[in-house]
Amino acid sequence: MAENIRLYALTTCIHCRNTKEYLKECGVEYDCVDVDALQGEDREKVLEEVKKLNPSCTFPTLVIGDRVIVGFRKDEIEEALKG
Amino acid sequence: MTARELYEKLKPIQEAKGYQFNKDLEGTTLPLLESLLVNKERYGYMVCPCRLASGDREKDRDIICPCVYREPDVAEYGSCYCGLYVSAAWNAGTVPHVVVPERRPADRFV
Repeated sequence: MAENIRLYALTTCIHCRNTKEYLKECGVEYDCVDVDALQGEDREKVLEEVKKLNPSCTFPTLVIGDRVIVGFRKDEIEEALKG
Repeated sequence: MTARELYEKLKPIQEAKGYQFNKDLEGTTLPLLESLLVNKERYGYMVCPCRLASGDREKDRDIICPCVYREPDVAEYGSCYCGLYVSAAWNAGTVPHVVVPERRPADRFV
């Protein structure tokens, strides 16, 4: 089971909600950053992180171990969770 | 205005232009319309729920819903980026439902 799971999301995005729902269904613990809820320097800092992982800076950006999954791609998430 | 009222108001207008709302009302369309109302409150304009707005209306002009990418995305994938607007074929299930990649040039992002 991957230890480091981090989701960069937008509170308003349906694909991000579906990703959160699916991770919950899988019963995995994960860090979640709702970027649209951040302001100023916090947001800038997180955006730099996202751009390193996903240059197009789109959401959801999901990090499972060393794997980066952009968009709600259920099959890829399932596979990455198997580690 | 509620998401349901926005839905009733937009539906005839958008269908006349050839765009249907995603048939998954409870799971996709109404939550996305709700998100548009949230963004209207936040930014003063209905910026796409699945893209990070800059807060500058001029910079965000291309992603104010319906975004300028809706037409090419629905033409190519049967769905817009966030899944709110789809083609009749997409709703009928005669085209595959795929993750729509971001068409917006990366340099337009915040």
